[in-house]
Amino acid sequence: MKRNNVIKIVGISGYILFLIISFMFGFNPGEEIGYNFVFFSADMLKILPGAFILIGLFEVWVRKETIEKHLGEESGIRGYVWAILLAGTTVGGLYVAFPVAYALHSKGAKLSVIFTYIGASAICRVPMTIFEASFLGMKFTAIRLFVSLPLVVITSILLGAYLRKRNYEMARR
Amino acid sequence: MYYLYIVAGLALLVSFAVNREKTFKAIKIAIKRLISILPAFLTMLILVSIVLFLVPDKVISNYLGVNNKLVGVLLASFFGSIVLMPGFIAYPLCGILLKKGVPYMVLSAFATTLMMVGVLTYPMEKEYFGIRVTVIRNVISLFIALVVAIMTGIFFEEIF
Repeated sequence: MKRNNVIKIVGISGYILFLIISFMFGFNPGEEIGYNFVFFSADMLKILPGAFILIGLFEVWVRKETIEKHLGEESGIRGYVWAILLAGTTVGGLYVAFPVAYALHSKGAKLSVIFTYIGASAICRVPMTIFEASFLGMKFTAIRLFVSLPLVVITSILLGAYLRKRNYEMARR
Repeated sequence: MYYLYIVAGLALLVSFAVNREKTFKAIKIAIKRLISILPAFLTMLILVSIVLFLVPDKVISNYLGVNNKLVGVLLASFFGSIVLMPGFIAYPLCGILLKKGVPYMVLSAFATTLMMVGVLTYPMEKEYFGIRVTVIRNVISLFIALVVAIMTGIFFEEIF
């Protein structure tokens, strides 16, 4: 077993042991951490199965040529538009965007497009944006979107170019 | 949230009607990928539970309300980067802070880093993209958040 895995297993079991002991003896900080864990697990775990089913269907049904044409090296500006639109419909947060971006890249989407997708899914998911505007106002949300989106696209293009020069390859999962 | 399962359910039904084998293959891929990322996901959740205990909402509110706007923006970026919370908690919190008089630019720095910069999602991100890309992407995101905060400050006439 690799050293990293050993550390992980020890860490996770230590954490679980700590929670169990905390609940047995009514140790407040431990109990609170336990509640946090359950609350956030529930919030995120209810999204993951649905997201991964869509990723699985995407893998078997969508042809590589289609993705290469619309999101690949030859896609031009349209690729970024698609990435932003797709990001708008993404649910959850970064933890959903990463596996989706990975699936897109393995089907031929270019690096700058998937980084645009990740950035955009952080800042312009539609339900979240509406929610934000209702608490902080339209003006606030409009400024945030109009300033951050172009920056996301530009920095993604730069990052993509830099990584291509280094012959970057994503780990196979 | 609900529409995700409506879409996923419909897609699964249509897929099943058209080709059963491909649908089973899709489900297999879904399960395999989900399981392969679960350890990193669990690590992330453990970190979230600990960090949110150390830095609860109340602490964040206190620090974001400092008098100096620039210090406020920097503190907001710091907290936004190290914390992870869903929008339905973060935005009501921002709404309360706004009423308390916290400047828009501070809230902007907090909201943008909260969404874009993920110190806590690091275990997951590095599984997919590697350490180097993860670090670069987060640094870029922090930079974008600061630019957005400054522009927000300018448009709301909080600076200059």
